[in-house]
Amino acid sequence: METQLANTSVDVNEEGYLTNFAQWTPAVAEAIANSLNITLTPRHWDVIKYLQNEYKNDSPLSIRKIGKSGVVDIKEFYQLFPNAPLKAATKIAGIPKPASCI
Amino acid sequence: MNEFNGEVRKMMIILSKASLENVYAAFVLANGARMEGIEAEIFFTFFGLEAVHKGKLEHLHTATVGNPALNIPTLLGGLPGVEALATSMMKKEMERIDMPDVLEFLDILKASGVKLWACKLAMDMFHYKKEDIYDDLDGIITVGDFYKQGSGLGTHMLFV
Repeated sequence: METQLANTSVDVNEEGYLTNFAQWTPAVAEAIANSLNITLTPRHWDVIKYLQNEYKNDSPLSIRKIGKSGVVDIKEFYQLFPNAPLKAATKIAGIPKPASCI
Repeated sequence: MNEFNGEVRKMMIILSKASLENVYAAFVLANGARMEGIEAEIFFTFFGLEAVHKGKLEHLHTATVGNPALNIPTLLGGLPGVEALATSMMKKEMERIDMPDVLEFLDILKASGVKLWACKLAMDMFHYKKEDIYDDLDGIITVGDFYKQGSGLGTHMLFV
């Protein structure tokens, strides 16, 4: 379905994840972050760029992998994206929700 | 279903066994809760304590006797080496699906904000001292303390 984010029209699924990464812009990221009550700082952007890079490389994401990324440790990851960090961070990054249990 | 529309807010998991499959079940449930924004705490009691015992946590085994789903005849399961073989096969499979080992998993749980508690009664029973146990444990508490930790709406308790 289509929705308006940062004054642009983007396609999202029923959970609000972008279905077309080409429509992602930093402004769209800000708008999604706002809706999750997250204010993006440079540290958030480091993580977002890392996640997008992993996505482009078709590399599955997990909490364990985030911890080994060298970009952020698990504790900081939970602080940057409180509550459900992997779900929130991937949503902001405009990539699909990881189907991971660990 | 009035409390938070039945939403799960906190998982209180009691781990009473230390066979590899039970420990992983408890850890995956706790970690999975945190990944969904749900609070999680684990109470290590009786043999479950071995999962946080420094000298034992790296040597946990898969049960090959009394474990019908493994499809090994009980008599065979008891032969020397069979349990070690099943355990090493299980560990290999776990590494393949990116499952951390027990110690690394404890570190992940801790960093994710899972509270880890040792049961005072079981500690006394096994003559374990605080220094025998995983350093980042949140404390050694009684059953009553654990129930108090779990107070509030939307809390669920699980016994493994």
